[in-house]
Amino acid sequence: MGAKMVEFNGWGMPVEYPSAGGIMAEHNAVRAGVGIFDVSHMGDIRLAGPQALAAVQHISMNDASRLAIGQAQYSALLYPQGTFVDDVVVHRLGEYEYLLVINAGTREKDFNWVRDHTRQFDCAVENLSDDFTQIAIQGPKAVSLLQKLTDADLSTVKFYWVTRGTVCGLKNTLIARTGYTGEDGFEIYVPSDEPTSARVWNEILQAGKEFGVVPCGLGARNTLRLEARLPLYGHEISDTINVWEAGLDRFCKMDKPDFIGRASLEKAKAEGTKRELVGLEMLERGIARDGYKVLDLTGREIGYVTSGSPAPFLKKNIALAYVPKEFVTLGTELKVEIRGQGVKAQVVPTPFYKRPKKLRTEN
Amino acid sequence: MSFPTDYKYTKEHEWIKADGKNATIGITSYAQESLGDIVFVDLPKPGADISAGKTFGSVESVKAVSDLYAPVSGTVTEVNGELATAPEKINKDAHSAWMIKITLKDPAELNSLLSAADYEKFVAEEGGH
Repeated sequence: MGAKMVEFNGWGMPVEYPSAGGIMAEHNAVRAGVGIFDVSHMGDIRLAGPQALAAVQHISMNDASRLAIGQAQYSALLYPQGTFVDDVVVHRLGEYEYLLVINAGTREKDFNWVRDHTRQFDCAVENLSDDFTQIAIQGPKAVSLLQKLTDADLSTVKFYWVTRGTVCGLKNTLIARTGYTGEDGFEIYVPSDEPTSARVWNEILQAGKEFGVVPCGLGARNTLRLEARLPLYGHEISDTINVWEAGLDRFCKMDKPDFIGRASLEKAKAEGTKRELVGLEMLERGIARDGYKVLDLTGREIGYVTSGSPAPFLKKNIALAYVPKEFVTLGTELKVEIRGQGVKAQVVPTPFYKRPKKLRTEN
Repeated sequence: MSFPTDYKYTKEHEWIKADGKNATIGITSYAQESLGDIVFVDLPKPGADISAGKTFGSVESVKAVSDLYAPVSGTVTEVNGELATAPEKINKDAHSAWMIKITLKDPAELNSLLSAADYEKFVAEEGGH
């Protein structure tokens, strides 16, 4: 496909597809039309058995007991310190069956963690990561594209719900209305053998021609999720950052039964956060990038950028950064150190981008 | 990909067009293609000195920052102001989207640079990796 490849956590991943127009074109195609991503590097862990719910509840911070069959939720696996093992999407596939979709770079670590911390529950834990190719179809036209390829009625699948249907001739394929772009879209799970994966990818490209479908790489994946303020492990969340600092309170249900990390989080909440994740918009010429120092207006170092990049859709240079509590008020002016110079930036609300709500008259 | 024969080139993918004591500098078409969409260019001001082999600024794509290396030594006389607001001009036509104009400190430095033919061979080999 003429992709520019790069190494990512042991995987050869496309960064962008020059023939598609590169990162900017891919990004804007997802915001306006539809883009597709091969995200097979993500991992999949299945928990099944009479105590599968109890197991999931024990290791994750969101309340999985709220999930109906076919429903999904964003959550995270935490260390006892209340910091992140990984973020995860928990899907309830059946009465006693849950699927955790996890990050590529943390596959082994996550699987070992889940297996080691659920031994006390009557529940089987399987690593299905290599069994599936995950393809993401994202954008306002994603539903029209995928509907051409499946007998499942996608209009009945709400955001963060799943269904099964025949997709590209493959029976009983899991279809989730989830994604990492801030747009409507789907993630489908097809058998991972090369011929099947390649065939499905090509069929999606063909079916998507009328919608202007664009293949998208890691570059656009990153700029899209950044505009939508979606965390990336190793950047906004890690094993040294806790849930409150990361601003992920609403995905952490302290009123559910005990879970790993709960006690530390209670203590941390009582003590108050010392630093928090904020959104920054550059005010002067310059691009803030991952790891750059954040300074106050006197030039004193106060924090750092977790992720920063030009935002292709918003046409601004944006960043997420950890700064001390006293700097989190919207409108606060700060500086980012770019090649030795302090360049002015401002604290802005996040997400930087929110997709337009559909009118009731649309379906 | 073809490269103007009246320019000279560096292995860091800069081009230089010399005219007596003056010269114009930019980056090659090969460089802009590798970088992808260029979103930002950081250049020195008129009056600044640049030194052969040392960095004189940077060019940024969405994903990455790349240093610019001076092909020769000299003093900056003019900077292309268009690139501050329209850096994509480099993607459109790298060989005419000049970055800086300089007075040459030592025109003899030009002799150690690559000709268009040598540069073309160099990128063909590099692209093969």
